[in-house]
Amino acid sequence: MTFDLRLPIGLMFTIVGILLTGYGLVSDEAIYARSLGVNVNLWWGLVLVVFGLAMLGLAMRGRRPGAT
Amino acid sequence: MPQVQLGAIDYAILIVYFAFVLGIGWFLRRSVRSSEDFFLSGRAIPAWIAGLAFLSANLGAQEVIGMAASGAKYGILTSHFYWVGAIPAMVFVGVFMMPFYYGSRARSVPEYLRLRFDEKTRGLNAITFALMTVLSSGISMYALAKLLELVLGWSFHFSVVVSAIIVLAYIFLGGLTSAIYNEVLQFFLIVLGFLPLVLIGLKDVGGWSGLTAALAPVATDAGYPAGAWTHSWRYLGSAGSNPMGVEWFGMVMGLGFVLSFGYWCTDFLVVQRAMAAESMSAARRTPLLAAVPKMLFPALVILPGMIAIALHHGRGGFLPVGADGTPNYNLAVPTLLAHYLPPGLLGLGLTALMASFMSGMAGNVTAFNAVWTYDIYQSYIRPGQPDRHYLRMGHAATVFGILASVAAAYATTRFNNIMDMLQLVFAFVNAPLFATFLLGMFWRRATGHGAFFGLLAGTAAAALHHGLTLPHGSPPGLKGGFLGSVLHTYPSEMAQNFWTAIVAWTTCFVATVVISLLTERRKSDVELTGLVYALTPRLRDDDQAWYRRPGPLGAVVLGLTLVLNLVFW
Repeated sequence: MTFDLRLPIGLMFTIVGILLTGYGLVSDEAIYARSLGVNVNLWWGLVLVVFGLAMLGLAMRGRRPGAT
Repeated sequence: MPQVQLGAIDYAILIVYFAFVLGIGWFLRRSVRSSEDFFLSGRAIPAWIAGLAFLSANLGAQEVIGMAASGAKYGILTSHFYWVGAIPAMVFVGVFMMPFYYGSRARSVPEYLRLRFDEKTRGLNAITFALMTVLSSGISMYALAKLLELVLGWSFHFSVVVSAIIVLAYIFLGGLTSAIYNEVLQFFLIVLGFLPLVLIGLKDVGGWSGLTAALAPVATDAGYPAGAWTHSWRYLGSAGSNPMGVEWFGMVMGLGFVLSFGYWCTDFLVVQRAMAAESMSAARRTPLLAAVPKMLFPALVILPGMIAIALHHGRGGFLPVGADGTPNYNLAVPTLLAHYLPPGLLGLGLTALMASFMSGMAGNVTAFNAVWTYDIYQSYIRPGQPDRHYLRMGHAATVFGILASVAAAYATTRFNNIMDMLQLVFAFVNAPLFATFLLGMFWRRATGHGAFFGLLAGTAAAALHHGLTLPHGSPPGLKGGFLGSVLHTYPSEMAQNFWTAIVAWTTCFVATVVISLLTERRKSDVELTGLVYALTPRLRDDDQAWYRRPGPLGAVVLGLTLVLNLVFW
C-alpha cells in the first residue's frame, strides 16, 4: 500500500512554515540585522505555509472520486 | 570560521524533517512484498515523482557543495555542467534510450548489457558500478560530516553515524519507493531551503548587475578578462582566457558529449528512477520533466558560490583561507548560511543541506543494492533461489552498502575540490561506457567481445592519458603524471579530466567497432528485438497531447536551454 506523496510534503511544509512564521512574530528584531533587516522568518514562513497548503489542497482534490 | 550556535527553533525544524523522512519509510514498509518492489518500486511510480527523484538522487554533496565551490572558483562557466552537459543528455536518454532500457524489462543497467551483449560485459559494468557507487556515497557522507564539524562543532563520527542510520532505516523499511518518495520531499526542501539564501545574497551584492561589477576585479586580479566570471561562452575561445583553462571544444566534447552523456545516460543511479516509472510513457518523460527544474539549478547551486567569492574579494576574507593562500571554496555555502540566515531560517538551510546529502546517499545505496543483488549475487554467487531470498539479500545489501560507504567516508580526504575528484573517477569508468551504449543501441553488429574489450581499452586509455599528463602546477601523483614522463601539461585539472574523457571515449568507440567486425556476431535479430534501434518497432504516441510526448517535450526543453545559454553568453 502506498499513499499520495503530496500529503506528507504538504503536511511537513505547513508545519515548518507555521514554526517559522510563529518564530518570526515573537523573535527579537535584532537577529535580522544579518538578513539585511528583513524579518525573513516571517515572510519565508508564510511562503512555506502557502506551498504546504497548496500541496495538501492538491492531495485532497486527488482523493475525490472521479477526479483526475 | 566562527562556529554557529543552533537555537531551539533550528533543532525543531531538523527534528520535523527527520520525523517525516522516517515516517515515510514506516508507512511504506507494507508496500514491499517482492524483490521488484524493493529494487524497482514495483514499476508503479508516476512520471512527476520519478522525475523529481531523478533530479534529487543526483543532488548530493557534489551538487550543492561542489557546484558552489566551482561557482566560486570558475564563475558561471560552471553552468556548462547543466546547459551543455546534463540537459541535452537528459533529453537524449528520455527520447532515444529509454525505449530500450524500459522496453527490455531489464532490472538494471548492467542487466541491459547482458541482454544486449554478454555476461562478461555485464559483470565488468556491475562490479565497477558497485565500487563507484559506494565511493560516491562515502564522499557524500564525508562532506556532510566535515561541514557539520566545522559549522556546528558536531563530532565527525556523530554526523556520520546519525546520517547513516537514518538513511539505512528508511531504505530498509520501504526500499526504492521510500528512497524515491523521500527524494521528492528532499527536492522541495533543498529548493525552498536554499532559495532565501540566494535571494538575500543577491540583494546584498546589488542584483545581477551588482554581482557582475563585483566579480570583475576577481577576474582581472587573477589575470583574466573582466567578464570571465559572468560569461559562459565569450571567453571559451582559448584555454588561457578563462579560469577553467578549457577551450570550447574540450568543453562541448569532453564535459558535454562524453562525461555528461556518460553519466546521465548510463548511470544506474539515475536510470533506476526512470525504470521504476509506471509505464513506458512515464519512463520516457521522467528525465524530460526533470530537465525543466534542472536547467534553473545554476541559480540555486552556482550563484551562491559566485556571491561568496565576490564578497570574499570585495569585503576582505569572507571565506576561510588555507595555508597556501587560496580560499576554501567548499565552504562557500556554509559560510553564506552562517552569514545571512538568522535562527529559524538557518535551521531550514541546514536541514536542506542535510536533505541533499541524504538524498545523494540514498540514491547511491538503492542503486548499489539492486546491482549487487541482481547482477552480482543472483548471477554469480547464489542463482536460482526463490524471490524471497533475494529480497532478504536486498535488505542485507542495504546494511552492507551503508557500512562500506562509512568506510569510504573515512578514506576520503585527498582533493580540495570534490567535483574534480568525481570527474576523475567518472572519466576512467563512465567515459568509455557511453560509447558502448551508443554502439549497442544503434548498431546491431556490435558484439559482446567488442563491447567488453572496447570498455577495457577505453578505461586503459583513460588511465594512460591521466598517467602521462599533468595539470599546471601539480606534482606527479594522484593528479596525473604517475607513469614517469609527462607528455603534456594542461592549464587546469578540469581540462585534463575533459581530455582524459575524450581519449577514453574515442578509444572505446574505435576498439569496439574494430573488435566487433573481427569477431562473430552471437545474437540473432530476434534476440536483439527491443534492445537495438533498428530492430525495435517505433513507439506510436501521436494520439497523446504534445506535452505528454517525449519528442516535442524534448524540443521545448532544448529550446529553453538554448535561450539560457544565449542570455548568459
